[in-house]
Amino acid sequence: MSFAMRRIPDCQVHAAPGFSLAAAVLHEFYASADADGVSLTALALMLGASRGNKAKLWIRHEALASETGTPYPAGLVELGFDPTLLLFVRALDVPSALQAGLEGARCKALGAVIIDIRGEARAYDLTASRRLALAAKTSGVPVFLLRSGATVKASAAETRWLARSAPSRALAAKAPGQPAFHLTLLRARNGQEGAQHHLEWNRDAQRLENRFAEGEAGYGTRPDDRSAPSLSRPVVPISLNRSRPARDEQPHAQRAG
Amino acid sequence: MNSPTRNERDERPFVLVEKDRGALRIAALDRVAAGIGLRIGMALTEARALWPNLEVAEANNEADTDFLRRASDLCDMFTPLVALHGRDGLILDITGCAHLFGGEEAMLGRARRRLAGLGFTTWAAMADTPDAAWAFARYRRNRIAAPGEEKIHARALPITALDQPIETTLALSRAGFRILADLADRPSHLLTARFGAGLSHALRRVLGHEDIRITPLRPAPLIVAERHFAEPLAHVESLLGALERLAQDIVEALERRGAGGRAFEASFFRSDGAVRRVMIETAQGTRDPAVLMRLLRLRIDTLTDPLDPGFGFDALRLAVHRSEPLDAQQSTLEGGTAPAEEAGEIAALVDRLTVRFGRENVRRFVGRDTHDPVRAGGSVPYLSGHAAAPFPAPEPGQPPARPLTLFEYPHLIEVLAEVPDSPPLRFRWRRVLHEVRLAEGPERIAPEWWREASGGGDRPPATRDYYRIEDANGHRFWIFREGLYEDSTARPRWFMHGLFA
Repeated sequence: MSFAMRRIPDCQVHAAPGFSLAAAVLHEFYASADADGVSLTALALMLGASRGNKAKLWIRHEALASETGTPYPAGLVELGFDPTLLLFVRALDVPSALQAGLEGARCKALGAVIIDIRGEARAYDLTASRRLALAAKTSGVPVFLLRSGATVKASAAETRWLARSAPSRALAAKAPGQPAFHLTLLRARNGQEGAQHHLEWNRDAQRLENRFAEGEAGYGTRPDDRSAPSLSRPVVPISLNRSRPARDEQPHAQRAG
Repeated sequence: MNSPTRNERDERPFVLVEKDRGALRIAALDRVAAGIGLRIGMALTEARALWPNLEVAEANNEADTDFLRRASDLCDMFTPLVALHGRDGLILDITGCAHLFGGEEAMLGRARRRLAGLGFTTWAAMADTPDAAWAFARYRRNRIAAPGEEKIHARALPITALDQPIETTLALSRAGFRILADLADRPSHLLTARFGAGLSHALRRVLGHEDIRITPLRPAPLIVAERHFAEPLAHVESLLGALERLAQDIVEALERRGAGGRAFEASFFRSDGAVRRVMIETAQGTRDPAVLMRLLRLRIDTLTDPLDPGFGFDALRLAVHRSEPLDAQQSTLEGGTAPAEEAGEIAALVDRLTVRFGRENVRRFVGRDTHDPVRAGGSVPYLSGHAAAPFPAPEPGQPPARPLTLFEYPHLIEVLAEVPDSPPLRFRWRRVLHEVRLAEGPERIAPEWWREASGGGDRPPATRDYYRIEDANGHRFWIFREGLYEDSTARPRWFMHGLFA
């Protein structure tokens, strides 16, 4: 059956235990739009949190405070992070953010280094990224470099992602659901450029889970999604290896309507 | 100690005046002015009548105090215990310090030469008690009494040496007392009955019967190591070499106490009197000279105002201001990374970051026990001793109820389609129109009225109704409405307070 063949890649996505990125390398995340800056931060913290109970260094460019606000510990807890494991550095400019990041990337005891910078940073060039990548390789600590308000440029990063927040799966009474993101792989050493990931944060399991592919039923309604050509598909979605978490499986009791 | 000397060739008498009891009076004068019969406390009009060519300037007490503080910094190289006394005096506790400078006389000479370098004319003295030293400095002028003769000299001091209020001194002199011996030979209870206990205490202190500790300007460090150079050192590298030897001494002292230092201070005394202090703090008790030196070097390298040797540094001090118990460390076998070792590495990272980026910029998150979202939590400097309230555990299976980031000042948003008691359907924030797709709320959060009203007016701060909303593009926001629809006096306003992941 032709449609069954089409669905196999989806099944593989479902079977993956959780989305994670390689340690000991530099990963870059670009925000699709200015408003997606906070999604980058959340993604990096999530990827860091899934690496266990190790301290994480989070460096934040002071220019972001006016753009996306200041970190809120209660919100960190609500996402399932342990705020006491976060070492937070306020960087007044990009060079000091990179300097602090380099210092952290050399420290083996860290679980992850997150460098959150804003704007077209001249200081972040090929040399600076190579330095970070090398430090990460030596120490085994993954470095997540987050860029909002910047155009993509060449660097020594192992992977480069374009990220934005995605519509969540609504809960009962049209309440916003778990954080969801959409990632596009812009560059990868192993040549999987263009791969798309639709991720949802599972706080209780502390991992990012691949959700359903774009265009699938249950995926948030976006204008551009509707414009995609509709494929022939069964009316009732058939899943081949495991059932897709359906809406009924959500807990019925909601906090507030 | 006098004001800095002016040009000696200028023969015009010079005085500083300040307003006192409704008139401008002389607060300080130079040698020429003193020689022609002017004195402190004399009205300026009277002085002008005597000497029309008097040169007058207004006294600036703040500048005087600043200058005195600079002098006290300079004296810091002789002992860490330096106190200001009145508006023109410094008192140094040199217990156990004199031998480092070749005896008391040599030390006194050196201190006076250094102060002269700053432009001071000094009178100095040494004695068993601070009060006696003060009295000797004023009434015996730069003479050090031979051991055992101190009490004899003290008895010969005039009664003004007791530094008592003018009324007391006047009453004593009217009663015929001239020198301290006159008072000392009387039963002290008579003096106490007439003038209060203060006078007899002062008398006992000047005579050396009773001692008192001075309150130093800067807290006394726990451990001090210092080095004085015969020739000023002008090379920063050789200075750091000397500092390293001091670090070694400090570490040995810490080891003997079974302690690790948390706060260190290096003081560099330049030969022209300038003093530079460099402070470092550590996240864990430190007793490793290599770590200490690395932090100090990093701090010195990153000084915004670099260490300028000028004519060279002639003394160097390293002090521990805070310490904590630290057991001897045993490294793990096989080079495994024990949790303690990992914590140590993190602490070392915190130290390096703090030294490089400043104490205020390296932070940790703390929670506070309150329901007010604005006060609920934030970050504090990592090295501050702030205790944190435990964070409440989130409800399993529920989406986050609080945003990841919060705006310090909520942004006013323009609501385009309003429905009473529910979130807006459309709103404009930062000139971008957002179409609300999903919403949850309201969560009513009343302000903590027992705290100071945030509005500052008579009205209590308004209740806020918070909504979690998601727009058509998948961005999630935390917005609130201030004020209620029932409240007809003010139209409710909407604000953007935070962003969800």
